[in-house]
Amino acid sequence: MWDYSEKVKDHFFHPRNAKVVEDANAIGDVGSISCGDALRLMLKINPETEVIEDAGFQTFGCGSAIASSSALTEMIIGKTIDDALKITNQDVADFLDGLPPEKMHCSVMGREALEAAVAQYKGEEYVHDNEDSPLICKCFGIDEAKIVRAIKENNLKTVQDVTNYTKAGGACGSCIEKIEDVLNRTLAEMEGDAYYKNQCEHVHSHAEEKEIAVQTPASDENVPENEAVPFYQAVVDIIERMKPALAQDGGDVVLKRVTPDRVEVELSGACTGCMMTDMTLSWIQQQIMEAIGEYIQVVNVGTSSHH
Amino acid sequence: MTDTKVQGIYLDNNATTKTDPLVYNAMIPFFTEYYGNPSSMHDFGEPVRHAIDRARHQVAEFLGAEHDDEIIFTSCATESDNTALWSALNAMPERREVITTAVEHPAILDTCATLEKKGYKVHYLGVDGRGRLDLDEYRRLLSDKTAIVSIMWANNETGTIFPVEQMAEMAKEVGAQFHTDGVQAAGKIDIDLKRTKIDMLSFSGHKIHAPKGIGVLYLRRGTRFRSFMHGGHQERGRRAGTENAPYIVGLGVACELAKMHLPMMNDTVKELRDRLQYGILKAVPNCFVTGDVENRTANTVNIAFEYVEGESILLKLNEYGIAATSGSACTSGSLEPSHVMRAMKIPFTSAHGTVRFSLSRFTREAEIDRVIEVLPGIISELRSYSPYWQQNKPSMGEFDPDYKGTL
Repeated sequence: MWDYSEKVKDHFFHPRNAKVVEDANAIGDVGSISCGDALRLMLKINPETEVIEDAGFQTFGCGSAIASSSALTEMIIGKTIDDALKITNQDVADFLDGLPPEKMHCSVMGREALEAAVAQYKGEEYVHDNEDSPLICKCFGIDEAKIVRAIKENNLKTVQDVTNYTKAGGACGSCIEKIEDVLNRTLAEMEGDAYYKNQCEHVHSHAEEKEIAVQTPASDENVPENEAVPFYQAVVDIIERMKPALAQDGGDVVLKRVTPDRVEVELSGACTGCMMTDMTLSWIQQQIMEAIGEYIQVVNVGTSSHH
Repeated sequence: MTDTKVQGIYLDNNATTKTDPLVYNAMIPFFTEYYGNPSSMHDFGEPVRHAIDRARHQVAEFLGAEHDDEIIFTSCATESDNTALWSALNAMPERREVITTAVEHPAILDTCATLEKKGYKVHYLGVDGRGRLDLDEYRRLLSDKTAIVSIMWANNETGTIFPVEQMAEMAKEVGAQFHTDGVQAAGKIDIDLKRTKIDMLSFSGHKIHAPKGIGVLYLRRGTRFRSFMHGGHQERGRRAGTENAPYIVGLGVACELAKMHLPMMNDTVKELRDRLQYGILKAVPNCFVTGDVENRTANTVNIAFEYVEGESILLKLNEYGIAATSGSACTSGSLEPSHVMRAMKIPFTSAHGTVRFSLSRFTREAEIDRVIEVLPGIISELRSYSPYWQQNKPSMGEFDPDYKGTL
């Protein structure tokens, strides 16, 4: 069986709030039966205080999908909808003492259902982009179209480049060969297409501008105790390496503080609030942990400017 | 943890089997007592050489091979599969096409994907909703460009048996070699290779109560062959590497036992399998058996449960100490249901909810009854959490999010 924590097992075998909320005034439906997981989140929100007074879920899915749904309802009951929306899928995973990397998408679904429910409550339309392209990296949910775009726009040459820009292949590594295929095909295609090359150079120079722009705040000075930490330089290098990937999505990361057991970063721009914020954080965490060989916490201390 | 969990009910014998204690006992002396290299001329080598000869004979008898030297020992069936495909293509370079099925084991499918990258043409035969092949389509694909046809004898997920003997004869008409992945057939179907046109057959020990790490490639005399592993002259130069003597001895014993137990497989084990199948179908609404029900291995039943997800079922079963497996995406770490279920176009309402139970000669009636006792409760509990299931019946129309998820 998967390496599920005791907490995941507990929430799977004894799910909390697996029920229909009869007087719900906010319902969020996400997923589909053909994808293998689907979730209906039902909330009873007090219109005066905007406090979530009750929450229930119905989930079709694997063990961690059910456990994540259960955990989410426990976490949001009693919170205002604004506070509830601050809960990230990483928070859900942390609440459950972690999820296996292949299962992180299960916690994303809960977060999406919450957004959908709140949107419905507020009378807004909840839209989500949904690309139809073969999935390459299962851990981070990166599809082929996104990889091809990254290669073309940034003139990527190696698999490592692709990983740095898109995160694809950054976790379990089982898709490295597939990335290599996509890379080779895309490079061959680019080579044979002079017109595209011109376009590409244009976009590339554009991307470089962006990159320069985001590098400026990297020379951050309000980091007093950092140099004293033995692995400080390693962390700086890793953050630097990730900037292009984030810049490409219109986001940025700034290293704020490094202590022996904690790395504080500030994610900004398009990074905040997007579904993958926490994937990004856990990716940074994994890279740092691999570099320094021990567990370290990575937290986003950015002022949350939710979309 | 319940008491049953400590004992455990193992119904995943298509994944691997318990090593029979008789097999284990036969192997022991070959670790510390008869440890000589069978290639050595001295007295340490000789008894080992004889033991391997005996095992080779036991395997040949088991497969109905005409000659003992048609048996090549390998490390596993995956190695045998790889050897077979590469051998045919290397031995007949003028033929650059392969025919196989869409429901093979990854040992074949992944190798074929690699062959395609190297410029070979691979044809994948599809299956119908019951998992059956279309022999007319097969006939159309066969040509003088076909180097090798590789068809599994029985499918691992559903147990569906393919007509490999007939297909081998058809391959011979165009001069192609015929290989069968016999992993799931060995020990379940009466195999008599000398009466067939099959050139090569792969199987592994650990599916028939020998340990993991030992496999066989049957190679019919006269079949053009190129070795996969190069090195010493072992196995008549067809598979280099010092013989894994203890495991070869164990495999020989396992084959003898499997042959002996074959009638029991199609008698006692089949009865238990049917008892399980009908017990579940009777007690659980909205489920059905996948694959070719009339024509499958006696130990296997694969049931698709609608509106539930397979991994959840396995987790709940595991809590009762019951081991089975699922074609669900979530159990494999992938995001799609198994390639076998997709090839059969199992309806999407149940594609993620398939569970395979595979029995062995060690399975007992009380174990089967325990599964029939606990499974209905598990399914109804999981359905009670499902948005696709309300008031004890499916409710597909009512729950249909327009956003289908990121994955």
